[in-house]
Amino acid sequence: MILPRTLWIGGVLTMLFLGAALLSLLWTPYDVTQLDVANKLKGPTGVHWLGTDHFGRDIFSMIMVGARTSIAVALIAVGIGIGLGVPLGLAGAASRGSWLDEIIMRGNDLVFAFPSLVIAILITAVFGASAVNAIIAIGIFNIPVFARVARGAALSLWQREFILAARVAGKGPIRISAEHVLPNIANLLIVQGTIQFSLGILAEAGLSYVGLGAQPPLPSWGRMLADSQTMISFAPHLAIAPGLAIVLTVLGLNLMGDGLRDLFDPRLRRTRT
Amino acid sequence: MLRFILSKVVSLTVSLGVASLVIFAVVEIIPGDPAAYMLGINAQEDTVAALRAQLGLDVPKWQRYLDWIGGLLTGDLGTSYTYRTPVAEMVAERLWISLPLAVYALVLSTLIAFPAGLLAAARRGSMADVSVMSATQLGVAIPNFWFAMLMVLIFAINLRWVSAGGFPGWDAGFFAGLTALTLPAISLALPQAAILTRVMRSALLDTLDEDYVRTARAKGLSRGQVLWRHALRNALIPVLTIIGLQFSFLLAGGIIIEQVFYLPGLGRLIFQAISARDLIVVESVVMLLVFAVILVNFLVDIAYAVVDPRLRRK
Repeated sequence: MILPRTLWIGGVLTMLFLGAALLSLLWTPYDVTQLDVANKLKGPTGVHWLGTDHFGRDIFSMIMVGARTSIAVALIAVGIGIGLGVPLGLAGAASRGSWLDEIIMRGNDLVFAFPSLVIAILITAVFGASAVNAIIAIGIFNIPVFARVARGAALSLWQREFILAARVAGKGPIRISAEHVLPNIANLLIVQGTIQFSLGILAEAGLSYVGLGAQPPLPSWGRMLADSQTMISFAPHLAIAPGLAIVLTVLGLNLMGDGLRDLFDPRLRRTRT
Repeated sequence: MLRFILSKVVSLTVSLGVASLVIFAVVEIIPGDPAAYMLGINAQEDTVAALRAQLGLDVPKWQRYLDWIGGLLTGDLGTSYTYRTPVAEMVAERLWISLPLAVYALVLSTLIAFPAGLLAAARRGSMADVSVMSATQLGVAIPNFWFAMLMVLIFAINLRWVSAGGFPGWDAGFFAGLTALTLPAISLALPQAAILTRVMRSALLDTLDEDYVRTARAKGLSRGQVLWRHALRNALIPVLTIIGLQFSFLLAGGIIIEQVFYLPGLGRLIFQAISARDLIVVESVVMLLVFAVILVNFLVDIAYAVVDPRLRRK
């Protein structure tokens, strides 16, 4: 089987940043809490590959640790979305037309209608700025996305013969949803998960940039960009590296999502690419 | 049609009601008493109580909620705890930056996306199509505030064409105001233009697969003629919907861009209010933005049904 090219490029980029994040747990070129003011604001050199910031901290190491923050926040937010949204969507599809389905769908519409950024700002403003609250704020808006995808896909499956066969065999709606519906919509959920993952990274960066995400001393890409802003005229390298890290990660995840979609459903390739 | 509009009005009202309850409840959770916070730790107890009464904090919560809603409906957003000026005045002043910024960005995004989407769809599979699609991949991956910083670096710091931020005020002349909003509007518009281009292209490609397009081609119209006369008009329906939704996104998304350019809009107002614990301002501005977004979505739904009668039956 030939893998789509987008999947290759996206996969490699994604693995690169996932790898950097995991590696940062064990090793970084320099300690990110180590201040070295004598070597502050150095441009990229052989010693500091991406230069140093205004405290003399190594940018490359900070990008690695920042990858950990971004990826952890976005991944847990996607987990919240899948964990709560998929069961809701499955329940809605299984009880199509009932009051339960109606409530779930209306609730979805309601969350969708909110400007997510504004609500995320409200949540982090009220409960305090932290990575955990950023996760909750981003995660809440992932729930209706997955509920909608799961419900839409599950609805058409409920019309199929193999589900009818399972019902005739005496299986209840919960068992059918878990054993027959879920495996058949897993592909869609993975593709959607990749997209939400990349949106989560952008959202985390935005929240951290305005000071409502991860707090110092924990490095995060958005925070690094915010710090670099006042120094951009004499130390532009501080703004370039974290920004590129965000773009490459998001690009990688989006390409991987496209590639996975093509892989799972080659029919889509002709019309949409 | 009337039934459709009525059902939409009902859902609009419910959404706004729930939204206001959620926002009020969330803000109420904040620990700490604004009156005590304003007066500092050494304040006398009766002074705090007096200020609480003055701010209307001494009445039951449900009453405060009703007062707040009643105020919102009559245009009275309360009085800022820190500035002691009516919130409505502050909001109106800031809106004159945030609103033009959103409109400006929307115009730019549409101006970029229309030709780009048309080109990509008309020459599907060509180098032009591939380039446009690659550019949109990049466009959706770039955080708009980072793009904004890069533009400041290039156009304000290196080329010195524009100032790096701030706003001279509309009193300084329409053109001066517009110039100050140009870089922010471009940064806001870029990711939206990328999304809109993709929608435009795929909507056009969808209509190009329709039977009536084949009929038109069989009649002897060229590909270009079919695209202009038949496909474009039908493709506009989904495109217009996205444009409507983008407006609300641009209004809310401006919050972060305003931070990059030090624009004194609604975004800066929210952040200043958050750090000063000026909860009434936070509450009202957030409600206002949510209201704007829900209202725009409502109008898009209605407009959609006017353009496409098939949707009214749903």
